[in-house]
Amino acid sequence: MDKLEMQEFIAKRVAKELEHGQVVNLGIGLPTKVANYVPDDIEIMFQSENGFVGLGPTPTEENLDPNIVNAGGIPVSIKPGGAFFDSSTSFGIIRGGHVDLTVLGALQVDEKGNIANYMIPGKLVPGMGGAMDLLNGAKKVIVAMAHTAKGNHKILEECDLPLTAKGAVDRIITEMGVIKVTTEGLVLTEINPEFTVEEVQEATGAKLYVDKDLRKMEI
Amino acid sequence: MDKVIGIKEAIKDIRDGDTLMIGGFMANGAPEKLIDALIEKGVKDIILISTDTGLITTGSGKLIAKKLVKKLYASHIGTNKETGRQMNEGETEVELVPQGTLVERIRAGGYGLGGILTKTGLGTLVEDGKPRITVDGEEYLLEKPLKADFALIHAAKADRNGNLVYKGSTNNFNHVMTAAAEVTIVEADEVVENGEIDPNFVHTPGVFVNHVVDGGAING
Repeated sequence: MDKLEMQEFIAKRVAKELEHGQVVNLGIGLPTKVANYVPDDIEIMFQSENGFVGLGPTPTEENLDPNIVNAGGIPVSIKPGGAFFDSSTSFGIIRGGHVDLTVLGALQVDEKGNIANYMIPGKLVPGMGGAMDLLNGAKKVIVAMAHTAKGNHKILEECDLPLTAKGAVDRIITEMGVIKVTTEGLVLTEINPEFTVEEVQEATGAKLYVDKDLRKMEI
Repeated sequence: MDKVIGIKEAIKDIRDGDTLMIGGFMANGAPEKLIDALIEKGVKDIILISTDTGLITTGSGKLIAKKLVKKLYASHIGTNKETGRQMNEGETEVELVPQGTLVERIRAGGYGLGGILTKTGLGTLVEDGKPRITVDGEEYLLEKPLKADFALIHAAKADRNGNLVYKGSTNNFNHVMTAAAEVTIVEADEVVENGEIDPNFVHTPGVFVNHVVDGGAING
């Protein structure tokens, strides 16, 4: 899989986690692609943390409204039944537990569900934006990312980059499999048949427990 | 009361070193004409409160690009490389604040609250130097209010009393900031007579607004 194919593969698998009627916030980058794979038989209310719910598809040139952008500043649309609001309301929705699911990327995740995704000291300091609030407030947190970065482990016993939140991650979905974060540690529940359990373990910097009902990862 | 004045008159009291809140999110809903007028006036050593610094050519990012900011409070600076450079080289002090915490600190400043309690930032660098407070067995961080000398706001529509209406996603930080500054200056795309905005659909009541500048017919 090249990088793009891998991103599409992960996004398709994440989309299978969506449930009818959920309020969902997607992070920038790979997570944004999840919106392209919402099953036809369910309705999802996507939130854009800059101030609305009902995030719709990229507008055509004719129906582009420069007043409507997503959290990346890119022109988007709003669906019928959506609503605009200010940032205080938006983060009330997020912190107050009214977002059912958030999907975010990460630099590192560890076996305690800690996540680092907002800075590499001295190198890259973009800031946390709304990520810390989402990680604390969303009912369920899925990290969607490549399993490793240039061969280096991203899933670790303990993150060594500054944390975005502690104990926040519920599930990690990569091109290799699906990992559940539990109080006992990381449990591999699904595996991409292109890989063996040993290969997934080797690509992971923490002990992986294999679920007794380990399933084939399907998209 | 008629709050509509010319742009130069509106910003004449802004001085070097003042604390400014500027609305907008990635410059969507940023008061671009007020920012340009500020640059033309030559105000420097600004303490800036803005959720991000846009691009170097948009929104509050233009003030960063002109090196007019001494200290910045923001949640995200990744889209403006100049902000990161100035921070890394010690030219501009940057305090990164989680976005939801930033908006609530501003709200606290404007609404007479002594701070807010939030779980956001617990166990991270954001917690450094801040007290943890336990309420009913749950731990929270105490985050202090933020206030400003001036707020620069953008609205789609304003009446002469300063009642405001926003369009699309341009509200973002604008509404909350109107309350948190000594003087709030609004750049409105359209200025209408009192009564032309249905009171049922006012987003920001004019009590928070001091000056309205007609962004569609900039003068003075």
